[in-house]
Amino acid sequence: MSYVEFLTEFGPRLVDGTITTAQQTILAAAVAILIAVAAGLMRLSHNRLIYGAATVYIEIFRGTSLLVQLYWIFFVLPLFGLTLDKFTAGFMAVGMNLGAYGAELVRGGILSVPKGQWEAALALNMSPAKRMIRIIFPQAILNMLPPWGNLLIELLKGTALVALISVTDLMFEAKQINGSTFLSAQVFGTALIIYYLMARCLITPFMRWLERIMARKLGRI
Amino acid sequence: MFDWRWEFVWQILPRLLEATGNTLLAAGFGYVIALVLGLVFALAQRSHFKPLTFATRETVEFIRSTPLVLQIFFVFYVGPQFGIMLSPWTAGMIAIGLHYASYLSEVYRAGIDSVPKGQWEAAMSLSLGPVRTYSKIIIPQAIPTAFAGMGNYLVGIFKDTPMLSVIGVAELMHTANSIGSEYYRFLEPYTMVGIIFLLISLPTASLLRRTEDRIRKKIGLRSR
Amino acid sequence: MKTLTKDYPLQLSGDDSPIVRFQNVTKRYGELVVLDALDLDVAEGEMVTIIGPSGSGKTTVLRMLMALEKIDDGVIYVNGEPMTHMEKNGALVRASKKHLRQQRTNIGMCFQHFNLFPHMTALENCIEAPIQVLGLSKKEACQRAEELLDMVGMLEKCHEHPARLSGGQKQRVAIARSLAMRPKVMLFDEVTSALDPEVIGEVTQVIRKLVAKHNLTMLMVTHQMGFAKEISDRVCFFFDGKIEEQGSSSQLFDNPQKERTQQFLSAVLEAG
Repeated sequence: MSYVEFLTEFGPRLVDGTITTAQQTILAAAVAILIAVAAGLMRLSHNRLIYGAATVYIEIFRGTSLLVQLYWIFFVLPLFGLTLDKFTAGFMAVGMNLGAYGAELVRGGILSVPKGQWEAALALNMSPAKRMIRIIFPQAILNMLPPWGNLLIELLKGTALVALISVTDLMFEAKQINGSTFLSAQVFGTALIIYYLMARCLITPFMRWLERIMARKLGRI
Repeated sequence: MFDWRWEFVWQILPRLLEATGNTLLAAGFGYVIALVLGLVFALAQRSHFKPLTFATRETVEFIRSTPLVLQIFFVFYVGPQFGIMLSPWTAGMIAIGLHYASYLSEVYRAGIDSVPKGQWEAAMSLSLGPVRTYSKIIIPQAIPTAFAGMGNYLVGIFKDTPMLSVIGVAELMHTANSIGSEYYRFLEPYTMVGIIFLLISLPTASLLRRTEDRIRKKIGLRSR
Repeated sequence: MKTLTKDYPLQLSGDDSPIVRFQNVTKRYGELVVLDALDLDVAEGEMVTIIGPSGSGKTTVLRMLMALEKIDDGVIYVNGEPMTHMEKNGALVRASKKHLRQQRTNIGMCFQHFNLFPHMTALENCIEAPIQVLGLSKKEACQRAEELLDMVGMLEKCHEHPARLSGGQKQRVAIARSLAMRPKVMLFDEVTSALDPEVIGEVTQVIRKLVAKHNLTMLMVTHQMGFAKEISDRVCFFFDGKIEEQGSSSQLFDNPQKERTQQFLSAVLEAG
């Protein structure tokens, strides 16, 4: 079977898988950002309970494997009465895992804003919430965007694991096609290239664009 | 609903511990491959022969941007298609070694880049040759920076070994899966796997952090 | 630079030939011309100070002489020999790395930010290159380094790492490190600019000592006009990559001829 024939026959399934992978990535990214901001801010709290809760969360999710977390959420959580369908379990696990890594980026980004900015906002008598939202966060975001670009690529790669709980993403389709045809080089090679293109031709340019927009907003270019 | 059975835990613990050995072995082997291959990638990227620099950089980018689990499948299944049979262990070590080599090459590169330009200039102004400049001036100062990244990826490779279960390497995750399907109980095996991972990766990470500080002090750099 | 557009001698000869000669030296960063066809001679034992506004190319002069970067046109001679170039079949071609490294041993340089090797003690900083490049034995190198560290007043601290030294102390060690190579020409690139005011004196004191006791040729870039006036044989005022005006220090500071020099000096003196 030539490569063109292969693509005509199995292309549509790979496209379907790619769409699912994209959905998983976007949803997982949303979860990861929410968790990262919440846990990152909690890690800056002086309240030991709040700080401790975020720390425990981060250490558990960074200390174990995404695959372990995924299986745990999908197979064990139902025993506690919380049953998630595989699609939801998939992006939740990926998002919760990468959110723990993102929390440290958020914390670092906020700490990277010079102390003078906090003091200036304080001197202007801004409320803590205003200070964070109006003054600190916009500057912090610009500082943390580059590492978030890498994190989103890690997240995209992480979604490949949801195939192991039978979410029909790109990885899953590739595995299925391989199982029935044994055209391993073609199918896994194509899947690798699709992942690569998603990372390099979608995520990276998107993050660059976001960096430019943020830099312009802050008057840095 | 919440039905944790200790006697089941004790029953499966020996199997899990044995599998932990395999996990550590896989992580260790994979890491050694990655350390060496990563250095090859890093040096190839600093070469003056442009096509080699370009090809290496693109390869590293490609490996870094694609999922490890897919690479594991690729290495394992593509070999036989061309008549090369690889055992799950061999295929797994190649895939995980290559994947982390591409990360480590960046770590080495960042370490060398972290040495201030003034150090190169001072070495130049004293007429030190290239070999001496690298070995005595640049690399000793690059190590503390690189060490943090190298440590992170040691823990990272350990946490990624469960992916080897997909091609049947009998590490922790694979064993937990077998136990789960034998007894139809997932709570204890999966939870135990998580705890074993935490018990190994958290102390290792903190040990690495302390070692990093010690290295910095030892060579006279301020600790961070 | 493919071909040399002007005639450059293969060697400088004669008793009065300068120890350093910049001939038609041009350096560009992209569009920006940092040094514009510079001609400058420095005689043996002379102390030449370079002053001027920032961006005028003063530091570039020293960096080119140390061959830290390549020049785009012209030739620099050191000790009668071309440094940026070498002779090949009766013509000058761009210097090889080996030639550059050999020529650099004639020159020592002290940097604004010291650039001491942080993982080596003061003494180790001073013996590394003499052992590795000049081939001294460890004993010889240590002896030489200790003499120099004593001269700069840093002998007691010779086993300290740079992180435990103050800025003034680091700069004094850096001066000793350069001198340990026995250079013919010493370059001081804003060596006091990164220092706290109260320790500037300990570094200038060392430079005074060098001028008084050793017949070293020195080029210095500085913002300290008082020190420049006191110590220099000649002062060059740089503007836009060129020497706008030069003369003895009394001439240039007390009786500047060009308007730009007057403006610069009055602005600097105004600022104190």
